[in-house]
Amino acid sequence: MTRIHDAYAIDGKIAAPDEVADVVVIGAGPAGLGAALDAAKAGRQVILIDENPVAAALAGTDVPLWFGGRATAALQAPERLIETLVENEPLIADCFEAGVDVRLGTTAWGLWRNREACGAMPRAMLGISDGQAATTLAFATLVLATGARDCALGFAGWDQPGVMGALAFETLVTRYDAFAGSRVVILGSGELARNTAMLAQARGIDVAAIIEVRDAAQSVFDGMPVRCGHRVIRAEGGIDGVERLIVADADGAEQAIACDTVIMAVDAVPAIELAEVAGAMVATEPMRGGAVIPGGAGEILPGIWLTGAVTGQMGSREDALAQGRNVMALALGGADALPVTADEFDRMAYRNDWLRAFVSTSPDTTMVCQCEEVTRADLIGVQPPNYLARSEHMGQRSLGTLLEDGPPDAEQVKRLTRAGMGVCQGRRCREQVSLLLAMAANLPPKSAPRGNWRVPVRPVPLGVMADWQESAAMRAGWDVWFGIRSQWIPYKDIGTPEEARKMANIHGSGHL
Amino acid sequence: MSTHYDVIVIGGGVTGLSSAWWLARDGLSVLVLDKGVVGAEASSRNGGGCSHYQSPLFLEEQRLWPMMDELLGYPTEHQPERVIIATNQPNLDHYHFIAGMCDEMGYKVDRLDPQTAREMVPIAGDNCLGGIHYRFGGHANPQRTVQAYAWALQDLGGRIIQHCPVLTIDSTGGKVTGVTTPQGSFSCGSLVVAAGPQIMALLEPLGIHVPLVAARAEMIVTEPAPLMRYGGVDGNGLYGRQTLRGNLAFGGGPHEWIDTAPEGVRARPTTPLSRNLAKRVAELFPKAAHLNVIRSWAGIIENTPDGRPAIDRLGNVTVASMSGVGFGLSPATGHAVRDLVVDGQCSFAEISKLGLARFATLAPDWRETQGWLPLETA
Repeated sequence: MTRIHDAYAIDGKIAAPDEVADVVVIGAGPAGLGAALDAAKAGRQVILIDENPVAAALAGTDVPLWFGGRATAALQAPERLIETLVENEPLIADCFEAGVDVRLGTTAWGLWRNREACGAMPRAMLGISDGQAATTLAFATLVLATGARDCALGFAGWDQPGVMGALAFETLVTRYDAFAGSRVVILGSGELARNTAMLAQARGIDVAAIIEVRDAAQSVFDGMPVRCGHRVIRAEGGIDGVERLIVADADGAEQAIACDTVIMAVDAVPAIELAEVAGAMVATEPMRGGAVIPGGAGEILPGIWLTGAVTGQMGSREDALAQGRNVMALALGGADALPVTADEFDRMAYRNDWLRAFVSTSPDTTMVCQCEEVTRADLIGVQPPNYLARSEHMGQRSLGTLLEDGPPDAEQVKRLTRAGMGVCQGRRCREQVSLLLAMAANLPPKSAPRGNWRVPVRPVPLGVMADWQESAAMRAGWDVWFGIRSQWIPYKDIGTPEEARKMANIHGSGHL
Repeated sequence: MSTHYDVIVIGGGVTGLSSAWWLARDGLSVLVLDKGVVGAEASSRNGGGCSHYQSPLFLEEQRLWPMMDELLGYPTEHQPERVIIATNQPNLDHYHFIAGMCDEMGYKVDRLDPQTAREMVPIAGDNCLGGIHYRFGGHANPQRTVQAYAWALQDLGGRIIQHCPVLTIDSTGGKVTGVTTPQGSFSCGSLVVAAGPQIMALLEPLGIHVPLVAARAEMIVTEPAPLMRYGGVDGNGLYGRQTLRGNLAFGGGPHEWIDTAPEGVRARPTTPLSRNLAKRVAELFPKAAHLNVIRSWAGIIENTPDGRPAIDRLGNVTVASMSGVGFGLSPATGHAVRDLVVDGQCSFAEISKLGLARFATLAPDWRETQGWLPLETA
């Protein structure tokens, strides 16, 4: 018997991909470049996609990294930036030479595949965009080398230009030649902070201080101004942002450090966005930087591989390059298992120490979510946004009363407070929201509730995301709701001759 | 904590919570059990529309919405009236047909010429051919409203237990006595089952057959646009609204029928349908086409074979599924369920055509003949 399909169901309506490639690699950092190069050398057809250089408007909203308003006007000239990027990364030229289809300034904003509750996809595919139009791209093998993003934790004055993330700093300095600051204070003293300090020094950027909240430096610094056991009191500044950072030593003595930039180098966060929206399992592993895909590098979903900093592994450029090559070798079916590396540093505990110190020195009116202007008090009080009146009842509600109903739920708190619902998609607040909720609920950092990622994993304008060449099947089978005509018949007409007349007129697309 | 309640409500969605709140207003002891978090399903993932003129509950809905913030004590973001604009002639004709149905029922609708429509909807474009303006109905924030019901219920002494799925409904001699959960058994005088797609599996063992199929439906939302006078604007095959923050949140288009396990559906995937939604929003609002889409999401929504609600009482069990059109009607639905539980019949509207009796003659293969079957997911 032939199966009947509901005309308004999604069955057969999602179009085939615009493009099909053999190997697609997302991310032209060392891991992605290593993977793409080796695949090309093995004779495979390879597309390498990287969102850099990112559009100035996007960078201005701190997507994908926390640029903190410290990029120069070079960001306004994307064509020149592409040249700079290529000049600064010799492996990109190697990829061109090896025949890789390198697409810079291209964002992979979606990844869809059939899984629980979805059988609509003709096959797995990416949504990509060059800023002008979006297309879909399918693959036999997909390598996600999406790297990491900045970990933002709020202190008094963090929401002004000049407070930025270590990865954004690295990108501006090493890839874009577009860092606008000249004297920096670095927060944190682990590997990430050390690399940040060394990079700054090598580029002639003055490192005014390296601040560590714990009693000892978390990595080895040679002849650099590390101040341990210090707390950040606040960042102060003027119209152009940060001008000084006020810190206090263990005895509480405050001191102002003149600087134009404060670089938060406490930690980086694995950029798991695409992996998560594709349906990979996500778990919180404090040694690997929080929410990661269990198992690390390797095949996470059929045909989808993970390598580099996105796995939560911190390491050198050489480590990442080698892992990218290893993962590609595995994916191409010609290699041994990956070397296993042990992580020993509890990154979430370290983040938590920093956040606790920030909470202790900053008023609870300190912003948590900059996009939606949610303060720490609003978050913990589960208060509605400013544009709503706060009723007397509302004042009696808080995270505490929510916890009486069950464990904290990051999505629920997000919907009530709007923290994380802004245009940066929670990049500047999700880690701190998560840890603040855990603190308030007396949960260890590893049990901190987290919000999930949804497509698009980068903001994409309506007119760009739009499928302007929509299929005839989609057009014909489109209805506002379910296409069930009887749903909209006025109650009084049910079972009368009038019902049939209205059924005939409530047709096709356009039910309300 | 007590283990006996006058009424147990299974399902902490908008229908279950409104029902529980109405029952608690009557002074009854009420327990709401949810397998997850309140409002996590269709209740908080819909367009927020409150204009369902076809329903017998609509007049009561209209009476209640303007009072809900005050009655509940928490904000719902309810805003009155809606505007529907057309970007092509067939849609305009269709909207005028709908307006005619509303006229017939006595609900006031203005026909808008293109210029008036564009003035009312500043982000509309030259392609706007006019539209209609409901002088009734409106929209509200689904997520905030669900939480408002939950909190208002608690303020009246009602209890909510989240992450507590009902494993079995216990009965003796054809009368329900309580429920069993992983957190123990609870007994009750009456039971309300408002568990969305899970209703069918919960009630089947009692011999109560409620034909329902669940589907996945998608929406997208943009970054904020300047606030419009009427946030409840849609058209072009879309439903949705501008939120009070300014975001444009819209859905529409094909749904995917799915099978649901008794414990519910864990994943809420979306598809490239986001792109078709983006196209329609950009066509509807050309002057907002530059706005970034920042999220897409999917909700799980159940439907009866005719898409009409199933509200009925059998013995001491009351069933309520709104068949995909539940949010806007929720203030009135809760009242109707309260009436059924307490008085045995709805006091403010005749709703017998929404009873389960209509399914008695349903063919066993109705899902197949309607094509409401899941796709292969692997």
